[in-house]
Amino acid sequence: MKFKFIEERLFKLLMYLATLAVFGFVVSIIWTIVSRGWGAMSWDMVSKLPGGGFYVGKEGGFLNAIVGSLYIVGASTLLGLLVSIPVVFYMNVYLSKNSRLAYVARLAYDVLFGIPSIVYGAFAFTIMIYFGMKTSLAGGIIVVTLLIVPIFIRSMDEVARTFPRELLDAAYSLGATRFETIRVVLRQIMPGIATATLLSIGRAIGDAAGVMFTAGYTDSIPTSLSQPAATMPLAVFFQMSSPIKEVQNRAYAAAMVLTLIVLALSVAGRLITNRFSKHRV
Amino acid sequence: MISLRALKDRTAGGVMFFLTIASLLLVVAMGVGLYFKSSPVLADHSLGELLFSSSWHPMKGEFGFLPFLMGTLWVTGIAVILFLPVALLAAIYLTEYARPAVRKYVFPALDILAGLPSVIYGVWGTLLIIPWISEWLAPHFVEFSTGYTALAGGVVLGVMILPLMVSLFIELFTSVPSELRDASTSLGATRWQTVKRVVLRKSVTGILAAVVLAVSRAFGETIAVLMVCGNLPEVPRSIFNACYPLPALIANNYGEMLSFPQYEAALMFAAMILFVVILLFNLISRIILYRMEKRFA
Repeated sequence: MKFKFIEERLFKLLMYLATLAVFGFVVSIIWTIVSRGWGAMSWDMVSKLPGGGFYVGKEGGFLNAIVGSLYIVGASTLLGLLVSIPVVFYMNVYLSKNSRLAYVARLAYDVLFGIPSIVYGAFAFTIMIYFGMKTSLAGGIIVVTLLIVPIFIRSMDEVARTFPRELLDAAYSLGATRFETIRVVLRQIMPGIATATLLSIGRAIGDAAGVMFTAGYTDSIPTSLSQPAATMPLAVFFQMSSPIKEVQNRAYAAAMVLTLIVLALSVAGRLITNRFSKHRV
Repeated sequence: MISLRALKDRTAGGVMFFLTIASLLLVVAMGVGLYFKSSPVLADHSLGELLFSSSWHPMKGEFGFLPFLMGTLWVTGIAVILFLPVALLAAIYLTEYARPAVRKYVFPALDILAGLPSVIYGVWGTLLIIPWISEWLAPHFVEFSTGYTALAGGVVLGVMILPLMVSLFIELFTSVPSELRDASTSLGATRWQTVKRVVLRKSVTGILAAVVLAVSRAFGETIAVLMVCGNLPEVPRSIFNACYPLPALIANNYGEMLSFPQYEAALMFAAMILFVVILLFNLISRIILYRMEKRFA
């Protein structure tokens, strides 16, 4: 057999292996987390606050972290949508296709997307110190919003860029102003907005380095924006570093809850993309 | 006299323009803010001393970042060496060989890998990779290892940047015109020869840019690496040594730094190094990738 055919077979085999490795890692991670977390899971974990002696292995759960994460994720997703929809609309309707500003803006959001959350955290932390703020729910919400806005904008923009310009022309010819075409545009990029939202929620709920500086950690549920808030990833992280077995087990349970949430978001994202894409022009 | 509708149109335009510019200014604000915050330590120490000294004694006012820079380089290097081939092969398979049905299963898997929070990777590394290194791999090479090593950090980071690399590569390979492939196969080249001589050669710049992007993602990864690297402020001598990457340093000391202005400035300097390096890497590779996109479009 000629060398080129041997080479072909060899590399084909290697490619199979590499692709299988991708599946292997997914299965390995989920299996490791779920098999360790399942045993430690109980209803108390997700329904109770940490009790006295929680960190030496006594009773309680991590409801504080679940609620804290929900607050931060919910608020920052809303804020993120409020900021990013106008920006995406502006870049795609007000600015022309070859606009210099649009190019620079896209580049900047791609770069911001690459900036690690620890840098956002450190930056927000210095701002908070400057204004005399303590670690708080508000701080966490702001830093997570900053973190997810680039993801929001870039993933919506990907969809908005494929938006047919003829539809805009049709709207203009009926006498609509640029701003009034927002109804047409929004309807067309709806699936993009939905997937971008799920993506951002996924990133927001999993962020640990940013909220560590800004939201802090607490055993109770925050009742105002100026109180610190616990978050799921930090609950996992702090309890993992404990030498006590029961506390570590709770970290595994929290890790499992977090993983399941992220998996659910990922599946929902797929479904939405598949379902809505057939209505697009 | 302009109509109300036109007025609305203009005000909305103004507001949106402001929002766009404001988010652009965030990049500048971050750079300036971090620079000001790290200026106390920059005033007392020369840049060379900060970057190339390995003596890290914050209480004595000695801030040598070399161990942390080397730690970051080691874990990133290991991650890229181990996982770049995997990412390339998987991406080639998915674009050149696989039927669309296969992609339907692999893409969700990549989505999941990309979406899992970094703390989950940390737990996975602690539960699986660390025992594997300390009980199975390390005994073949060194006397004793806890498993909390640069290698563990590299493996965990590698899996984390794998989906990013694969999706960037897929985008690059699909943008190579199929006529070029047809020309190559019609001359009798096998598929792999076509990949090697046509597809890879056409996208070599893009591959470099994608790797740079993945590297900068790896530079900033914090929690996962913090959980598996061992965190000893020494320059690692082998892959079985503990290491202490920059982001881990910042995250580990965020509470105690407040009482020492110099210490705080030093940590902010660490954040600034990360910011500057990642900013440059991202700018360069994104501009290259944009160009590639345009060339074939």
